[in-house]
Amino acid sequence: MDARLSLVLFSGTDDKLNAAAVLTAGAAAIGRPVHLFLQYWALDAFRADRIADDHGVAPEAGPEGQHAVTALRAAGQAPWHETMRQAKELGEVEIQACSLSMDLLHITEADLDPLVDGVEGVTAFWLAAGDGQVVFI
Amino acid sequence: MTVTTPIAKTVDARGLSCPLPIVKTALAIKEIGSGDLLEVLATDPGSTKDFTAWSTTTGHQLVESSVDGKVFRYVVRKK
Repeated sequence: MDARLSLVLFSGTDDKLNAAAVLTAGAAAIGRPVHLFLQYWALDAFRADRIADDHGVAPEAGPEGQHAVTALRAAGQAPWHETMRQAKELGEVEIQACSLSMDLLHITEADLDPLVDGVEGVTAFWLAAGDGQVVFI
Repeated sequence: MTVTTPIAKTVDARGLSCPLPIVKTALAIKEIGSGDLLEVLATDPGSTKDFTAWSTTTGHQLVESSVDGKVFRYVVRKK
């Protein structure tokens, strides 16, 4: 199967980034090319000096959800950036930063973790997405 | 079904949650030859369906899918 999957990562909380990493790694495992486009708070989470920080969970998680995520991490679940790294090692996974979000957050390419392959505009993203599926997280 | 052909490589994915058992399997299968057997041990309860789906999609043959207590064992023959 080689149908391209495009993921737009907007949210910068650890639970949503983990969900994105799991989808990416699963797609890579079955040979689907994955293109990630990092916007806003997701892009902020990919800063080299912050990628391993605690980015919290989405508001809908509530205290119980927060507790569940913390417990899973304490049990040794791989952090989302490690799962992303493995996905890149495994298959065709490209991670691009949204240029508008780079401006908004005053981020330069040198600030980003090496997981990020480059910077592109939204037109390049849509062109790469083609007729494939696009998922927004 | 019990497989008697020697195992070329084993992936110990016990304690790892989805999708890492499949990710580690997909990485390990690159390191063995065509026709070789890869053994995977996992505790992720979703892994049974994942291994069936993965082998169907990639064309590698799932020759064993068994469970002993909480440990799942999969044996895959590389296509």
